Amino acid sequence: MMHLRILQAGPMVTVQDRGRRGLLHSGVSGSGPMDTPSFRIANALVGNGEDMAALEFASAGGTFEVTEPVRFAVTGGDVDIRIDGSAVRPWESHNLFPGSTLVVGGLRSAVWGYLAFSGGIDTPLILGSRATHLRTGLGGHEGRCLRASDLLPIGCLDPTPHLALTKLWRRSNRPINVVAGPQDDYFDASAWRTFLGSSFVVSSSRDRMAQMLDGPVISACRGNDIVSDGTTFGSIQVPGSGRPIVLMAERQTTGGYPKIATVASIDVPRLAQTPSGSAIRFRLISQAAAEALLVAERQALQDVMTGLSEKTEPMSVAQEVAL
Amino acid sequence: MAEMFPRIRACGDSMLSVELADYIDDDVNRRIIALFDELNRNPIAGIEEMAPTYRSLSVIYDPAITRGGALADVLQKRLQALSVTDTSSRCFSVPVVYGAAVGIDLDALARMKDMTTVELVNLHASAEYRVYMIGFAPGFAYLGGLPDALHTPRLAAPRQRIEASAIGIGGKQASINSVPGPSGWRFIGRTPVRLFDPYRTPPFLLKAGDRIRFRPIGEAEAARLDTMVAAGQTVLEPEAA
Repeated sequence: MMHLRILQAGPMVTVQDRGRRGLLHSGVSGSGPMDTPSFRIANALVGNGEDMAALEFASAGGTFEVTEPVRFAVTGGDVDIRIDGSAVRPWESHNLFPGSTLVVGGLRSAVWGYLAFSGGIDTPLILGSRATHLRTGLGGHEGRCLRASDLLPIGCLDPTPHLALTKLWRRSNRPINVVAGPQDDYFDASAWRTFLGSSFVVSSSRDRMAQMLDGPVISACRGNDIVSDGTTFGSIQVPGSGRPIVLMAERQTTGGYPKIATVASIDVPRLAQTPSGSAIRFRLISQAAAEALLVAERQALQDVMTGLSEKTEPMSVAQEVAL
Repeated sequence: MAEMFPRIRACGDSMLSVELADYIDDDVNRRIIALFDELNRNPIAGIEEMAPTYRSLSVIYDPAITRGGALADVLQKRLQALSVTDTSSRCFSVPVVYGAAVGIDLDALARMKDMTTVELVNLHASAEYRVYMIGFAPGFAYLGGLPDALHTPRLAAPRQRIEASAIGIGGKQASINSVPGPSGWRFIGRTPVRLFDPYRTPPFLLKAGDRIRFRPIGEAEAARLDTMVAAGQTVLEPEAA
């Protein structure tokens, strides 16, 4: 069996797939990637099906080896990637041979990166998914972040052409779209003016579960306790501190703080990828508008993945510069 | 301003929340679970999954198949036509070792309530509880039916780690912990039963709507049950009706 050996791991490298589905009523949240489009593009670049697992890393990847030849691709942002010291580009596929060392360095202007291998990371399915849920130690590799000397199985896949992303996938500084509710009525007009009229700074208090925001305090005129109800990826809770918390991929499935609004699905990855210390603003849109944006974006992502261009010869940056 | 219920709220572009009330109530919860069961029996195209909570039903949908506005209309009609019967709910007898290392708050709680620990245990074990919802963490059971005399506010500062077997009290709620983690609830005992084990079939033992009674057991029986649980047995079976 083919294996991936971790020689050195970044601060938070986990196995992720599309996430767990159908277990919300049993208290299991989806987990899965923080930036789903980047994750899906990484899989597509190495010819993987969309149900296959890849590695997600925060800020920096690590050092890796394989026991048999595989293709790999790194996505999520601009990042320094080296095979035996030679630089190669993100957002396209490359070969990695046994005896070579792959180093995935730090992400620039992004937070979450994806490292996919052809054949996919083949750890066991737990409750129907390979996604790691760190807080409950579920799935992935022993339910935890990867560390040096871990050995992970890689599945087999017939070779497909080397692929590259020709156009950068979605980067913009427009405001983060939100849909009001479900507890928008816990906040009066003044709180809403603060929420929509101010900048918030993406705090360094963040993980796969939640993202804290710094900025003006938002007060709930009807209090900060509700009878616990369901949460979703992008729910914006406002606890008593008045400091908003955006729930992310590994959120708890229910919560007892009022939720002023929900980040539109298309902007959740953009928020996840916003570096700590950066300012964001929110813009209110209707549920119908957010739905239309999501449906359109899914099509755009599909187009990107089917339109990946074939690389005739995998080429390192050094080789390209030499030309 | 008085709230108008039921109401259906947007949670972004892929979820609706069907809210029947903003308080905890047995009948409200029965209606939520009845709606959940009804929609499982007669699915609506586009609904991907649902989660019942105390007083609302989270409905996840695919906006490429149905839009929130249209789905809300259909859900309103289903709600109007809903009949509530919960004859199908199961009843479980959950074995509990009261006190000891996991039940760290038992003695202090008894003093606070001006009871002996035996009186407190008997009161806790005399009630019938109802699983209002499974939420927060995998398999975590929120129970209603805690006797009034046992209602106790949460701790000001949560403890860092409480075991997966702990039997808790938080405000008017009772609980059985399913995963280890921090908690501000008070804990009066532990059960050998594992509500959640991803390697067992079934991984989850309880669902919303189930009924529960707690049965005090001694250390010897607990040790016997621990061994069975460690071997992957579920131990907990519904009582014969």
